[in-house]
Amino acid sequence: MPTLNFILWTIFGAGVVTWLSRILPFVLLKKFNLSPAVIEFLSFVPITIMAALWFQEIFIPRSGQLPEINTLNLLASIPTLLSAVISKNLPVIVIVGVLSAAVCQLII
Amino acid sequence: MHPELTIRAAMKEVLPTTLGYIGIGIAFGIVSRASGLSVLLTALISIFVYAGSAQFVLVTMLLSHSPILSIIFSVFLVNARMMLLSTTLSPYFKQEKTWRNILLGTFLTDESFALGMNKLNYTNRTLNFTWFNTVNLTSYLTWIIGTGIGAMLGSLLSNPEKFGFGFAITAMFIGLLYLQVIADKTIPIKQQLIVILFVLLLTYFGMAIIPAKVLIIVVTLLGCTLGVILKHAHA
Repeated sequence: MPTLNFILWTIFGAGVVTWLSRILPFVLLKKFNLSPAVIEFLSFVPITIMAALWFQEIFIPRSGQLPEINTLNLLASIPTLLSAVISKNLPVIVIVGVLSAAVCQLII
Repeated sequence: MHPELTIRAAMKEVLPTTLGYIGIGIAFGIVSRASGLSVLLTALISIFVYAGSAQFVLVTMLLSHSPILSIIFSVFLVNARMMLLSTTLSPYFKQEKTWRNILLGTFLTDESFALGMNKLNYTNRTLNFTWFNTVNLTSYLTWIIGTGIGAMLGSLLSNPEKFGFGFAITAMFIGLLYLQVIADKTIPIKQQLIVILFVLLLTYFGMAIIPAKVLIIVVTLLGCTLGVILKHAHA
């Protein structure tokens, strides 16, 4: 591990850039209006980002070639998705997901 | 989800997030301790950076003695999507005071964003400070508590994935994605499904050529672009 001083500055820098990414759009957009074209574009952000965050977990990247399938997460996704369709209830979906992952872990 | 935008409703709706945060927070605490960081430094990272996967990147790069600027830049890249999230969210809080916008932005995460976007479908497309702030702060506290537990467990529990908690956040995104698709009446379901399928293909093929750090943001931008094209093709 690097020196304590180095680690503290790194944490500070990482914290600042993350914070700015989070707050700057909020602050700047209070003064300006987004054009309708931008708003239309942003209306697709929720589904694309949620899908991307899910799909990146079902593949394992390999540099320079197509990814491997993450069998555990892919298998656990199936009952989780089914429970979403049936229950439409987020706590139920998360519990089914965790249990499925635990069971898949035992099987594989 | 309920139409009310109260503290009570927020506490109830944020529960699934807290379950995931405890699991991943514990995982982070353990990984960080195993890398040689003290309990205090581990907690400091969760308190000041507060950014799931970027925190794992940070610890890994510290361990490999990367230069400070390349660590900070990597963290920035991993979190660049935050700009897209806060931009999407900002119109709903335009009437609120600036300090409230800053507070909401400071504790914004993928999970609180996703919950907020889902909530819109039940509240005639409005959000308020109280509800969002409660969701944010509860998530933040849970994340720190999870990290603390993990850091203290240290070597006792070597593999938290074993208990399935690592999948909690992914399960939450699956649930929120499904609920979003069936509830969002502003975009036809067929168009949404095409965009999701496109995101799947992009993620799969993208992993071979796009660096992991920028994959999410690139895929999201391309997915939104396709969405706009589809919408205009049908209009």
